[in-house]
Amino acid sequence: MAISEEQVRHVALLARLKLTDEQVASLGEDLNSILGHIDTIQQLDLEGVEPTAHALDVVNETRADEVRPGLPRELALRNAPEATPDAFVIPRIVGGGDGA
Amino acid sequence: MIDLSRLTATQIRDGIADKLFTAREVAEAALGRIEALDGQVHAFNQVTAELAYAAAERIDDAVASGVVLPVLAGVPVALKDNMNLVGTRTTCSAAILEGHESVYDCTAVHRLLEAGALPVGKCNMDEFAFGSSTENSAFGPTRNPWDLDRVPGGSSGGSAAAVAAGMATLTLGSDTGGSIRQPGALTGTVALKPTYGRVSRYGCVAFASSLDQIGPFAKTVEECAVALGAISGKDPMDATSVDRPAEDFTAALHEGVRGLRVGVVTDLLEAEGCSAEVRDSISAAAEVFASLGAEVGEVELPSTAHGLSAYYVIGPAEASSNLARFDGIRYGRRAEEAEDVLDLYMRSRAEGFGPETIRRVMLGTYALSAGYYDAYYGQAQKARTLIKRDFETAFSRFDVLLTPTAPTTAFRIGEKSSDPLSMYLSDIYTIPVNLAGNCAISVPSGLGAETGLPIGLQIIGTHFAEAVVLRAAAAFEAAVGFDPTPPLVREVQG
Repeated sequence: MAISEEQVRHVALLARLKLTDEQVASLGEDLNSILGHIDTIQQLDLEGVEPTAHALDVVNETRADEVRPGLPRELALRNAPEATPDAFVIPRIVGGGDGA
Repeated sequence: MIDLSRLTATQIRDGIADKLFTAREVAEAALGRIEALDGQVHAFNQVTAELAYAAAERIDDAVASGVVLPVLAGVPVALKDNMNLVGTRTTCSAAILEGHESVYDCTAVHRLLEAGALPVGKCNMDEFAFGSSTENSAFGPTRNPWDLDRVPGGSSGGSAAAVAAGMATLTLGSDTGGSIRQPGALTGTVALKPTYGRVSRYGCVAFASSLDQIGPFAKTVEECAVALGAISGKDPMDATSVDRPAEDFTAALHEGVRGLRVGVVTDLLEAEGCSAEVRDSISAAAEVFASLGAEVGEVELPSTAHGLSAYYVIGPAEASSNLARFDGIRYGRRAEEAEDVLDLYMRSRAEGFGPETIRRVMLGTYALSAGYYDAYYGQAQKARTLIKRDFETAFSRFDVLLTPTAPTTAFRIGEKSSDPLSMYLSDIYTIPVNLAGNCAISVPSGLGAETGLPIGLQIIGTHFAEAVVLRAAAAFEAAVGFDPTPPLVREVQG
């Protein structure tokens, strides 16, 4: 199934990628070429086959609910593009405008 | 100066213990080789001389005080640049992580250093491990020491080239669909992808969490066995790491392959796209096993024909989810003058990701999106079941399976970079192994009759059969007597 330019733009929004018109066009071509190959799995008769999410039979693991040290705040903030000594700084999410 | 390319990890450790040379001299030799060759090869994103000398000093102090040295004492190692090590940057060769400082240690790296290794640097890779040539690095491609106009494979191409050029004795890579084994094949090195869960991935930047596994590169099978022993084992920080008793992977290494049931995977060997020189080399490898007393037979893995398709749904789907964390908030490059937080996310990601990363994130997001999930992700997971069953059936008859590691020898830089699909086909032999969670090694089988470049034999084992795979590889290696020294290195050896 061919993927349209409109679908490329929709997926880019879901993926949080601001693409240029040029990128939308070339990604459309690339995705159609790749999906053209991948589409063979849609023709497989997989009725009754269980999906594999994980190659080994593993069970969920929990640890004791005990407080233990995490990454110190200073280190957690070390690579932040913008931070105060105790928080990440991000653009305003709510409100805005004068006096907000 | 010591010529490291002539010494194995164990010989280095023993030489230091016997006071033939010091750990500092070993560090100098590795750093000297990097200085001499890395301008041409570009295997490194960062060289960590200070860390190497500091580690060397600890080893030399231990020698002076008569302490028994650990197994990798004084061995120069380098790490793929997706593994965190405090005191280094961890960039994944991505612009969005340029300058990212490691704030904790990757468990596998920590274990390697606990075993006495000297960290000489961080190796170039395809951005976020997306690629098969190391051309998708934001910092420029790595070149193959066998032919500087050719790629070293990928995505762990820097780790492979570093070993091939003798700039490190042992390196770590990560393998999601072949990213250790394929560059191993293309650079004439030995490259091991352990069983899923054998090695903790904590501190290795995640690509596809149901497939990723860390493993070693070296010149010899024995060194890979030693390295695996050092890095494997349960880690409470990675819930997928498996709790198994410690194993000495070198114990049975030289017991030979007499009576070992070896299956040649004929349908993969005959696959379209496999070059004649690779096919001939692998057929000859099967005869080597027969001559060593192995019981060689034939087997098919028909469902692996869908491996590439399943992988290019599952891999990108998991990657698109894992890469959601790169949003310009907690780490990484942030777009300037964003209008609002959505604009900040969207521009930080689009500006900080390279073309292949964008392609994979788009592909994965599409495959997981409403209306397509069942058709792609659901089908791919079911196809994965069939592939897993094929391997189970094959391993009921055989102890190990043989395929080529890659369909061709090293290709030219730029040859496949404009056609994503042709690049993806480089991994047709390695991908099914990740989907089934098996272990496999690539060991050089010789130089191609046409290209004169290294070819890799892939030896596959079932879950946790590394000891058998390594034994088979060691027997083959001894029989073939491949010289892993590229012409570039012979020149500096004089």
